[in-house]
Amino acid sequence: MSLEFILEGIRRAIHLIITGDPLVMSIALRSIYVSGIATLIASVWSIPIGVSLGMYEFRGISFVRGLFNSLIGIPTVVLGLILYLLLVPRGPFGFLNLIYTPLGISIGQAILITPIVVSFTASAVESVETDVRELAITLGAGRLESTITVLKEGINGIILSIVSGFNRAIAELGIAMMIGGNILVTGSALNTRVLTTSIQMYTVRGEIGVAIALGIILLLIVFSISMILNLFRRDGR
Amino acid sequence: MKSISLEIEEGELLAFIGHNGSGKTTLLRILATLDTPTSGRYLYRGKEIDELYKLNKRVTLVFQKSTMFNSSVEENVAYGLKMRNFPKLEIEGKVSEALELVKMQDHAEKNAKDLSGGEQQRIALARAFVTDPELLLLDEPTANIDPGNAKIVERAIRKIVEDGNTTVAIATHTLFQARRLSERTAHLYDGEILEEGRTKELFENPRNEKTEKFISGELIF
Repeated sequence: MSLEFILEGIRRAIHLIITGDPLVMSIALRSIYVSGIATLIASVWSIPIGVSLGMYEFRGISFVRGLFNSLIGIPTVVLGLILYLLLVPRGPFGFLNLIYTPLGISIGQAILITPIVVSFTASAVESVETDVRELAITLGAGRLESTITVLKEGINGIILSIVSGFNRAIAELGIAMMIGGNILVTGSALNTRVLTTSIQMYTVRGEIGVAIALGIILLLIVFSISMILNLFRRDGR
Repeated sequence: MKSISLEIEEGELLAFIGHNGSGKTTLLRILATLDTPTSGRYLYRGKEIDELYKLNKRVTLVFQKSTMFNSSVEENVAYGLKMRNFPKLEIEGKVSEALELVKMQDHAEKNAKDLSGGEQQRIALARAFVTDPELLLLDEPTANIDPGNAKIVERAIRKIVEDGNTTVAIATHTLFQARRLSERTAHLYDGEILEEGRTKELFENPRNEKTEKFISGELIF
């Protein structure tokens, strides 16, 4: 047993990254695109839900929040299986032709990260809601103005929820594999090979250098996005 | 709260004294229409107030724990004026005056959340009175701040009352503060007013036994 094959893999990975290997770069860009779309879709429906849960009280709210919190940990392979059964041609939504497409992966990942975005947004809004709303009202704000003020004060938490959602999406394997199929056809716009499915495939094939290169890129993406957003967001205390 | 019957006169500075949990904060929140009483009536200038937030452009409450918006000191103080659609130039002038009164004019561009607790309390006060409220409610305004900051806050409160446009009600557990600042004082105990009257008279000749004990420090909770 030696670590030589690991070191060789690392050397190859650094070479692929430094030279900007087209295959590696195309997989990375595709991952960012697919998971970016997923995050956008999830944000559109999740943020209003999260804001509502953070701001308002209604009967059953504890149950609803508990449900979203518990769905954060749903295994991606189980969700992937459920979506596969729904989206295959003989499934109830087979007519949508989403199976083995980048959009199919995006929608699947959007569903996966919805509980994260909802829960984190609700917590962010709830943490500022009472104090900020009452302060705004005592200073003369109306209901709409005080709601806008609450959202402004909670914006850092909302941004964090989106970033967390993206990081979960780009790092998941189950949905990308089962809905996407890890397809790569030269020149095709419908390729579905992304970072996670590629890492899995190249590792099993023994192409350790490529697997490590893709792993490093995935880590860099996740860390970089978090750091950049930390720099640009309004500093919260 | 049990039973409160009280009249606040226009232009006066009224102090509410009492132990923790006596109902001072609850009373101020009702006066600010943040909470509604379960029974009884709240009359403001002869009109019954029975809706939440109804007086929010005429009555302002400074909370015991000051919350700052995540923005500059200037923007914090200007908030209430923007909600009242004051013109920009007028906002700048009023904000500047208010910051001078609380001795925070050099901190105008700092993020309000970066300030110390005492400085934030001064900003909270400036933010409240800059809108010239008819009724200014102060919940333990110097409770968590050092004597230096407390002195600046008290001086500002006195100036607001002297200007004559604002009625002030202050909740405080500091008896010396009530004596220094107020013309009239009401003693709250377990959600009801045991005694109220001219401050000098109440402190020198309290009629109620519990008030006497509270003032002398015997009533300890």
